[in-house]
Amino acid sequence: MRYLFRRAGFYLIALWAAVTFNFIIPRLMPGDPAEAYIAKLQTQQITRAQIDAIRAEFGVNPHVPIWKQYLDYLNGILHGNLGISTSQFPTPVGDILKQSLPWTIGLVGAALVLSFFIGTLIGILIAWKRGSWYDTAVPPLLTFLSAIPYFWMALGLVYIFGVILNWFPTDSGYDVFNVSPGWSMDFIGSVVQHAILPVITLIIGSLAGWVLIMRNMMVTTLSEDYVLMAEAKGLSERSVMFHYAARNAILPSITSFSIALGLIVSGALLTEIVYNYPGIGYSLYKGVQSDDYALVEGCFLVIALAVIFANFLFELIYVFLDPRVRHGKK
Amino acid sequence: MNSNNPEIAREVPGNTAVTDVSNRTIANFSQTFAPAGEEKLSKEPILEAVNLKKDFPLRSIKLFGPAQAVHAVEDTSLALYPGKATALVGESGSGKTTVARLLGRLHEPTGGEIRFHGEPVGNNHQSLRAYRRHVQYIFQDPFSSLNPAHGVRYHLARSLRLYGYAHNAHEEREQILALLERVNLTPADHFIDKFPHQLSGGQRQRIAIARVLAVRPSVILADEPVSMLDVSIRLDVLNLLLRLKEEDDLAFLFITHDIASARYFAEETLVMYAGQMVEGGPTEEVIQHPRHPYSQLLLSAAPDPDTMGHKKATNDAFDKRTGTKAQANMGDATPSGRGEPPSLINPPGGCRFHPRCPHAMPVCRQYRPERTNLGNGHWTHCFLYSKREEVSRASST
Amino acid sequence: MQVTNITNQKTASITFLGSKKDRVSSIFRAITSNPKIAFGVSVVTFFVLIAIAAPLLTPYDPNASIVKGSLPPSWAHIFGTTGLGQDIFAQIVYGARVTLMVAFVAAIGSTILQVVMGLSSAYYGGMVDEVLSLIINVFLVLPGLPLTIVLASLASASGANKNEFVIALVLLFTSWSYGARVLRAQTLSLKEREFVAAARATGESSLLIISSEILPNEVSLIASTFVGTFVYAVGAEVALEFLGLGDTSRPSWGVILYWAQNNAALIVGKWWQFVPAGICIALLCAGLTFINFGMDELSNPRLRVERPLRRHLISRKSKAVASR
Repeated sequence: MRYLFRRAGFYLIALWAAVTFNFIIPRLMPGDPAEAYIAKLQTQQITRAQIDAIRAEFGVNPHVPIWKQYLDYLNGILHGNLGISTSQFPTPVGDILKQSLPWTIGLVGAALVLSFFIGTLIGILIAWKRGSWYDTAVPPLLTFLSAIPYFWMALGLVYIFGVILNWFPTDSGYDVFNVSPGWSMDFIGSVVQHAILPVITLIIGSLAGWVLIMRNMMVTTLSEDYVLMAEAKGLSERSVMFHYAARNAILPSITSFSIALGLIVSGALLTEIVYNYPGIGYSLYKGVQSDDYALVEGCFLVIALAVIFANFLFELIYVFLDPRVRHGKK
Repeated sequence: MNSNNPEIAREVPGNTAVTDVSNRTIANFSQTFAPAGEEKLSKEPILEAVNLKKDFPLRSIKLFGPAQAVHAVEDTSLALYPGKATALVGESGSGKTTVARLLGRLHEPTGGEIRFHGEPVGNNHQSLRAYRRHVQYIFQDPFSSLNPAHGVRYHLARSLRLYGYAHNAHEEREQILALLERVNLTPADHFIDKFPHQLSGGQRQRIAIARVLAVRPSVILADEPVSMLDVSIRLDVLNLLLRLKEEDDLAFLFITHDIASARYFAEETLVMYAGQMVEGGPTEEVIQHPRHPYSQLLLSAAPDPDTMGHKKATNDAFDKRTGTKAQANMGDATPSGRGEPPSLINPPGGCRFHPRCPHAMPVCRQYRPERTNLGNGHWTHCFLYSKREEVSRASST
Repeated sequence: MQVTNITNQKTASITFLGSKKDRVSSIFRAITSNPKIAFGVSVVTFFVLIAIAAPLLTPYDPNASIVKGSLPPSWAHIFGTTGLGQDIFAQIVYGARVTLMVAFVAAIGSTILQVVMGLSSAYYGGMVDEVLSLIINVFLVLPGLPLTIVLASLASASGANKNEFVIALVLLFTSWSYGARVLRAQTLSLKEREFVAAARATGESSLLIISSEILPNEVSLIASTFVGTFVYAVGAEVALEFLGLGDTSRPSWGVILYWAQNNAALIVGKWWQFVPAGICIALLCAGLTFINFGMDELSNPRLRVERPLRRHLISRKSKAVASR
């Protein structure tokens, strides 16, 4: 229990760091980004309100001392006020993010879960057949696949499956021309269809990691005495494989979840950009493109929050799964 | 590893040098041995531990409540003299290694004082450096006390360079070769380029000894220097240490759990239990006539062809010597203190041996007995031997 | 994902112990006998040589518009041309310089930071460790690529991204925490070893102990994290440039892809704008990863041992199959 408190405390500190970081960085930039940005926008129609919003975002307000700005900022965050988007003025950033978030969660969630299961299973099977040709051929192949940059793989898949073969759609999250959002079969079907390529891209990229982790752990576990004991008791091979070896070998995979999550989030970011998938990554990209720093920082904050929260969740799960931690092994 | 054979020397066939050394060490008693307080000191102690105490704080899992600690060493005092070897004997966990590390300044004591040449040692960088110049430490495990990434030359050169004995590569090489010869690693230039993984256990330990010698210390703290070596090599290394002691008039603290090697090597033996010093004195005296119940237990566990079947006689000797009423009742009490050493996190109060001691009295639970001198430099901490006034004083306060 | 690879190949043992002569010859043996390392090293060397020899390999200036519009590969232009008529092959070989340089600088800087942070926090322990570990862990939890993007976009706002070392700095900032944690764990276990206590007993200063006693024993781990950081740096750098956050006027592999995406090259079927750069990136990253795997095998003998139990299980199954 103490352990969990300590960990929760740590994650709170991490949260605080992300938030504060967001606050400090634009104010540290050399030159005057606010003015530079405003100057860039002079060619378009820009209202007084927009100028003020931009200045506020960059904290260029000489009348308010910096610590008050910080407190206001924190207060704003707690109320979900992340500023006003300058590229989609006057939409608040929070609204934009609220719309994008579910798409990303769906994408990442599906990819994480699927690649975990598929990868782990492949890992188990390969470990079981250690020494056969699977073992020699598959890991290097997977390594090569995972070394390919995510977005390049996405582009390749877009090209092959989308443009040439035209099997799957390669643009946005659903068919924007024909279907409108809602809980209709059409919509859901369209969503799934549009999600296939992005999810596959993410899975291919992260598969290698899961397979190798699982396989390495299986090899180590299979040489442990309790597996030999299970064998000696006469249990079937499949039973030994899944209930004894895999059950214990999976623990490091779970700790790897947190690292895997970080990697998949990055991959999802790039994948969304390639596929114009309307998630947080895409919003981030658009924000970067249009110098909309409020949006950029809002995206970062949300992503950081989500990742921190997910990490904490994984730790909780790990505590329940590993009896050693539950019983207070330091 | 737990050599239960006290007469290790006797196992070595045809080695008469052994008995010679034993005779000589016994004969040297009057010359080199200066017991604390009783007779006039022929020499001053070069290194002293005075009432040392060491607690290792534990990372407290509780949020509230007192911080817990491992009370590794409690009220320990000893003195080392030039040219004299003192053995510190005890089982695992008795705190003997901790005492050595405290003397080697690898840990800082929680209480008590260390005195070098009578002066308390300072804490700053210079005094630490000066201290190490005189007091060196030989580690138990030759397989891990040498850095696998560096060769023999590096290990020895560091000692020479740190203390300014060698100023250039030529001097360095000369002195390294001389050191290797001194520890019998010949041909020396064959060994100078070797790495630890290319050497045997005995050779590594000699390198460790050479490294220590390179500093030219006056005191050597040897933490079970031969425990991890093959039995056949132990004698060689012990003889090497003895020779070095003679040649350089070194003071030795010899930590061991093996009574036989203590007997072979040291003139004085101290016995520790659970962080407390329980007995000490001339080696032969302590080994032949242990007084403290724990020492008796320890020594009875080492089968000795000489005294097997004569246990009763030993106890009668006790009666004759001391003759107080308490002892008269000992009769044929063979020490039977079965059990394990106590946890040092919550050690028993008073004398830490009392839970296992067949002669425990109520006062033993409450107070730690003070040192009782038994004559000839033999002393013990046990209420069995304390003057009656002391016992009643202790129980009434 | 930084993972190790267990195989049952017989491989030479690399040793960082021993005299300089031993070390050099054992490294050489390791490279030639282990197929993974051999492949990886040759790939990386290949790209480095290309980068150095760029002017010799192509007569074209990568920035010059030579023809009108984007042409498919031909004898004149091996990889075709971009939308602005620039020779892609020239862009690749000159771009290799930028890509490799930035990633290398980022990796070196990151590794130095990792070593300093990881080793000091482990060796000094106590409060120093608590503080440094906290910093390391916070950086570890913050999502890397989004952070990089935010920093890079802010850098591009002030125009700082024209200098590619700023990109390297950004990459450094976000990549050091993983290696630092790994090194800290290794140092924690090393500092308990007796030779460290022995060095202290001899009178060595803390700084010397860290640098001369502990560090030499961690060389293989540091080399491995360096390679891993290099891979990450290449990937992240390319990603940033792809998003337009690098210097878009100077061709590097990521910038090539940026312009390709901007010109919607894939949709209109101009695959040659994408494919060469992508393959180069993939090859480079794969080569580096294979080097890492190979080094894992060499430095950890356990990864090479064939466990007898496994053979036992396999043979039982094959016996069962055979008996049918």
